[in-house]
Amino acid sequence: MSILKITNLTKNFGGLTAVNNVNLEVKEGEILGLIGPNGSGKTTLFNLINSYYPVSAGTIEFNKLDITGKTTNQIARLGIGRTFQVVKPLKRLSVIDNIMAGAFARENTFAGARKVATEVLEFCYLDDVAEMKAGSLPIAGRKRLEIAKALATRPSLLLLDETAAGLNPTELLQAIEIIKKIRGDLGITIVIVEHIMRVIMTISDRIHAIAQGATIAEGTPSEVSRNPAVIEAYLGSDFKVGDHIHA
Amino acid sequence: MNNFPYLEKREWIILAVAALVPWLFSFSPYFQGLLILVLLWVVLGNSWNLLAGYTGQVSFGHAAFFGIGAYAAAIPYHHFKISPWWGLVTGGLAAVILGYLLGKLVFRLRGPYFALGTLASGEILRLVFGEEEWLTNGHNGIFYMTTFISKIPYYYLILLIAVGSLVAVKAIMNSKLGFYFLSIREDQEAAEALGIDTVKYKNISLAISAFFAGISGAFYMIYMGFVDPEVVFALHSISIITILVGIIGGVGTIWGPAVGALIMVFVQELFRSSFFGLGPQWISQMHSLVFGALVVVVILYLAGGVVGDWDIIRKKFAGKVLKARG
Amino acid sequence: MTLIMGVLNIINLAHGQILMLSMYITWTLWKFFGIDPYIAIFITIPIVFIIAEGISKYLLHPLLGKDSILPENQVLMTVGIGMVLVELARVVYSSDYQSVQTTYTNKSWYLGTISFNAPLTIAFVISIIMTIGLFIFLTRTDLGRSVRATAQDKSAAALMGISTGKITILTYGLGSALDAAAGSLLLPVYYLYPDVGPLFTVKAFVITILGGLGSTVGAILGGLILGLAETFGATYISMGYRDAVGLVIFLLVLVFFPSGLKRFTRV
Repeated sequence: MSILKITNLTKNFGGLTAVNNVNLEVKEGEILGLIGPNGSGKTTLFNLINSYYPVSAGTIEFNKLDITGKTTNQIARLGIGRTFQVVKPLKRLSVIDNIMAGAFARENTFAGARKVATEVLEFCYLDDVAEMKAGSLPIAGRKRLEIAKALATRPSLLLLDETAAGLNPTELLQAIEIIKKIRGDLGITIVIVEHIMRVIMTISDRIHAIAQGATIAEGTPSEVSRNPAVIEAYLGSDFKVGDHIHA
Repeated sequence: MNNFPYLEKREWIILAVAALVPWLFSFSPYFQGLLILVLLWVVLGNSWNLLAGYTGQVSFGHAAFFGIGAYAAAIPYHHFKISPWWGLVTGGLAAVILGYLLGKLVFRLRGPYFALGTLASGEILRLVFGEEEWLTNGHNGIFYMTTFISKIPYYYLILLIAVGSLVAVKAIMNSKLGFYFLSIREDQEAAEALGIDTVKYKNISLAISAFFAGISGAFYMIYMGFVDPEVVFALHSISIITILVGIIGGVGTIWGPAVGALIMVFVQELFRSSFFGLGPQWISQMHSLVFGALVVVVILYLAGGVVGDWDIIRKKFAGKVLKARG
Repeated sequence: MTLIMGVLNIINLAHGQILMLSMYITWTLWKFFGIDPYIAIFITIPIVFIIAEGISKYLLHPLLGKDSILPENQVLMTVGIGMVLVELARVVYSSDYQSVQTTYTNKSWYLGTISFNAPLTIAFVISIIMTIGLFIFLTRTDLGRSVRATAQDKSAAALMGISTGKITILTYGLGSALDAAAGSLLLPVYYLYPDVGPLFTVKAFVITILGGLGSTVGAILGGLILGLAETFGATYISMGYRDAVGLVIFLLVLVFFPSGLKRFTRV
């Protein structure tokens, strides 16, 4: 059964259509990879799902509930967690306090939030930097903190936006492990945007490809990687896409 | 960590000292008056700090809440001879209501614009309260014969309020509310994504902040026995000084406003009285100048204030002592 | 003013105090050297420019890179600076009211039945000339373009090879120099005392926000609207609400039309 159902979703910024009539279903328990060239509208799609931007047309349903037009914080409390491509740590708070701030979405007491935060810390391998200020973490730590903050809100659906970008090979493996654990151990459904093809092809159950804001393909990783439209979007007409944006 | 009322041992000691101090200076109502002033600024500083230091919404119009609190005590007395002491209740409530209404307007603004919006709101209220004579007796102000001649009762009253505000802020900052306030200060967008209703929690922060500012305004009325819009709604001597108290002590620290209030009152008084009459007369002219210069220095070198950057101060000082020894 | 806010993206709460400072400098020149305020402009402007450059370079600029809890640190700094300026004036000149008596202070010109107060008219004409000059500077010269570029997008300007740090400091000086000119022009008509500043700071804010940040043409329109609104407010509501009218407009514009009148003008 589907946990998230997007129907005919469109977003215009002035004259530019960033997301064009996208239909997308996410099944409970799967990892869905969202791919597309730069500027194709992946992050915009996330920003529409958690109501960062108001949608221009179309509907978004979460667990059969229409969430179009709800506020960002309502959607977060309903159970959609997200990370940001440009990480947003609460800089002057310690790592554990960052996570606690997320945990309070489901907990009301200090002790309760602390307990949840401690668990999440271990889960994301952040326990040895728990007392460090979030602003002074290195990039890999910040990326993991993004995931940890979102996990602490106990989501049933997690939107991961480029959580592997800028990591070295060891850190990359760790990130993949964490993402697999999130689905395996916690049973959380994941939609992931990622540029590193190796990552997305290995962990996704299904892939949804978009270019210039519209769907161009959907299927298993091997199907999508052989799809001519996808290959063209990535290789053949990459320059055309660029021209289009500058024009 | 979570034992009520959230006070640590050394904080109990400070409290005990504060409770004894007025008796040590029982010979000097002047000195007691200064201490009352310090505590009044502690309350206002705390109130501002919760909203600005912890929630990141820098108000330049805290005089609005102080003033409305003072008038909530004064107006019923002026018209119906209702004791201004009720102001300690109504003053806080009136400020909360005002905060709610102003919040609807100014929370649409962010950063420096929020600061400007609050500044303008405070100024508008000052002009309105000066103009509407039928209600406020205008610039003539409202007089009231103070209840006690001795300053001691007032000292304990404001001490109680000050401690109340400190404990309240400390308790809040150890709870869900506190975490939410800090999240909003650090990054509103990230806070929303964590499920935090930023509008709602900013309003809560403003309400609590306004409550304490309102009470301190009511206290001012009871203690001074006089209100006048130019005094209680003053942009410079209330709104701005409140901010400076916070800045000098350290924004976003529990004890910052208290330390800032202490420094502010004593530095000013030291110079105003020409080092208690020991120095030449012209020094008294410089009290505000010195305080202003102090503010400039603190912002430039101690962004976290005296409490926030205490470690830096201590290290510098320790370094000098070591050098002197070596 | 509008220049400082637009380019520096900071709110200069010391603006009126700098005006006050320049008024005192002009007054001193008149009182002790017998220099006419209108000639003193040429001395006051450079002095204030240098002082403002100093303030900007040593007090405001260093705060840019500093991490502090409150992003409003620079605003607060201008408050501190303003306090110091006022108190310095008080120590040096005392709190007494001062004014300049010239042969033309009370002189009026008549155009039909309408009378024009001479100093105000001169101030008006010179302000217009200066605004046009500023407009040309901003749109026609390289330096002016750099200033505007910095105002619009600091990082992009930096990428274009503009030394944004220098421009920022320069702009503060420039804005203050204009302020100084205004101070000299106002002196023949206004009483002078150390606390005169805040009144002008508030007015300058209202005008800037009304006109739209960083917009010179907007500032003129904003000034006109404020003047008219205050007069009407004083006439139809009550004298005491004169200043409140400006503030209410200010608040409403801030909340509901954040870009001010800028959308109707280009610069």
